[in-house]
Amino acid sequence: MTPVTPPAALAPRQDRKAQWLLIGLAVALTLFIVVVPLLYILWRALSEGLAVFAQNILAPDTLHAIWLTSAVAIVTLPVNLCVGIAAAWLIARFTFPGRKALLTIIELPFSISPIIAGVCYLLLYGRQGLLGPALAAADIKILFALPGIVLVTLFVTGPFVAREVLPLMQAQGSEQEQAALTLGASGWQIFRRVTLPNIRWALLYGAVLATARAVGEFGAVSVVSGAIRGQTMTLPLQIELLFNDLNVVGAFAAASTLTLIALVVLVLKTLIEARTR
Amino acid sequence: MSLVISHLARRFGATPVLRGIELEVRQGELIALLGPSGSGKTTLLRIIAGLDWPDAGGLSFDGTDWLAKSAAERRIGFVFQHYALFPHMTVRDNIAFGLTVLPRATRPGQAQIAATVDRLLRFLQIDGLADRYPAELSGGQRQRVALGRAMAIEPRVLLLDEPFGALDAQVRRDLRRWLRGVHDSTGTTTIFVTHDQEEAFELADRVVVMNGGVVEQIGHPDEIYDHPATPFVARFLGLTVELPIAMRAGRAEASGLDLSALPRRAIPDGPATLFLRPADIQPVPDPAAPFRVTEIASTGALLRIVAESDTGCRIEAEVSRREGRDLRVGHAVGLRPAAGQIFPGGATPLARPASAPKALKEARP
Ligand SMILES: Nc1ncnc2c1ncn2[C@@H]1O[C@H](COP(=O)(O)OP(=O)(O)OP(=O)(O)O)[C@@H](O)[C@H]1O
Ligand SMILES: [Mg+2]
Repeated sequence: MTPVTPPAALAPRQDRKAQWLLIGLAVALTLFIVVVPLLYILWRALSEGLAVFAQNILAPDTLHAIWLTSAVAIVTLPVNLCVGIAAAWLIARFTFPGRKALLTIIELPFSISPIIAGVCYLLLYGRQGLLGPALAAADIKILFALPGIVLVTLFVTGPFVAREVLPLMQAQGSEQEQAALTLGASGWQIFRRVTLPNIRWALLYGAVLATARAVGEFGAVSVVSGAIRGQTMTLPLQIELLFNDLNVVGAFAAASTLTLIALVVLVLKTLIEARTR
Repeated sequence: MSLVISHLARRFGATPVLRGIELEVRQGELIALLGPSGSGKTTLLRIIAGLDWPDAGGLSFDGTDWLAKSAAERRIGFVFQHYALFPHMTVRDNIAFGLTVLPRATRPGQAQIAATVDRLLRFLQIDGLADRYPAELSGGQRQRVALGRAMAIEPRVLLLDEPFGALDAQVRRDLRRWLRGVHDSTGTTTIFVTHDQEEAFELADRVVVMNGGVVEQIGHPDEIYDHPATPFVARFLGLTVELPIAMRAGRAEASGLDLSALPRRAIPDGPATLFLRPADIQPVPDPAAPFRVTEIASTGALLRIVAESDTGCRIEAEVSRREGRDLRVGHAVGLRPAAGQIFPGGATPLARPASAPKALKEARP
């Protein structure tokens, strides 16, 4: 018996060529669209030495921008967690009129351009806006201040937590919670000891995504912040400002901070994904 | 000390799921709720547990109104069909859960909880599994853990929804005996749901047959088996052969059938329907009889025999291979039912009336 050479043995060589071509294309695209720009930011930021880099980062306006962005992230996170869990729980566990509508409303920010959100807030809370006179009379400042930035960031990051938690809650059903109920657990005990442990990774994942978005949001924030130097400039706004001032090293230094945050988020996200897989 | 359910009704939207359930469960009894899919067994169990509320009717335990109490206050043990174990807790923590959520004033100490859990683990024969997670257990082991978790709170009533539904036949049989043993040594009033009649009859002190949201019959397993109270119960318990007959002076008559083995019944003269188990019909070779054997099939131990009369009446019988040795296709046979159930009326008006309580029959051994 002679070994039969399958005629197909010739064909794969061509396939392989196409395969390498596609892989090469994907790598090249990734390099030039994602990796090179990111590395370039770091390289430009450090191009004039660590001392200049540090000096730029520690410039009062940039430092303030970092502080403001952190503050926004820290304030929005717990709100996002609470509202996200409550909404997911409501939708997963109860049937009530308007349930579908609630689901749509929660996802709405995903399909609306952030700048529109900003403009809406402007029209609502601005001096000529609907609530403007009343707010001015009560001496409450929302626009061009931290509250406005927080509100618009909440709008933009709202869907993330609910979106991650809801499918899990729906898949798990409520039997475990009912079991806990028959075993005598109170509502809070059920939440803390049964519901929360089951959704903890999805919750963390949603929180990471929401925070990344809160830190990086530009469009909506730029409308409501009023771009007051050293006061309402978040990190992305500050980068643009530095760039427009032709302070390239400063812009890149600030940008590298943001990139660093993004990388940390990416690592966290990967870890959580590996954990939940 | 008993659980009393009266006129219980529940509807989901426009669909009535429970239509006037009447049931009294005595202290220490082991009760099976038996019925086809969709008959409302789970719904009834959930209402007893306090996970759902009825639209009308009453539920009381020991004289106290349970509908005014929450699930936690009723202190019942509920074992879900798919166990609903807490996946992030070990077996030990699962079983201890009901004790650890007690208010601080009544909560036993850590050592005491651990001792209780250890005792339960030994009792349920799963002491080697204490530190495993539910995902690391077999179905039968999960079932035991779920039961242990429910028993830890020393429930007044134990409710099990198809406790063996997700297990294979051998494990089912083992666990069935084991559950009977557990019940006998704890004496906890227990209600379990099943749609497997063998399971219900082997395990239960009394069986409650449900259909379409009403109780068709309540009684001792033998009683139900021998004297099904309604045509539904008869069909459900395998009396699948239905024959139109005539009643005269308490005796059943039908041409070609020897009904002398059936006892007299207090049923008025007129048309009636006879329900038979195929295994209770004895074909007797008789050249003068109107039935002819048209099919003989072997199922291993048994022969399944189909006999047809000239008038188009078709009857299925089951006999042992030895008894049916001499039967051949084409033989004329007479049929001799050894036991059966008779309901007045022709073949069609058998549909039961919608008003449930009137049709209720408590059969006592
Ligand atoms: N939450 C609900 N909403 C609407 N209909 C329901 C609900 N729960 C049960 N039903 C309906 O009630 C009927 C009885 O359901 P139930 O679960 O009590 O039946 P069952 O006897 O337990 O059946 P099975 O043996 O299949 O578990 C079914 O027709 C079911 O579709
Ligand atoms: Mg059910």
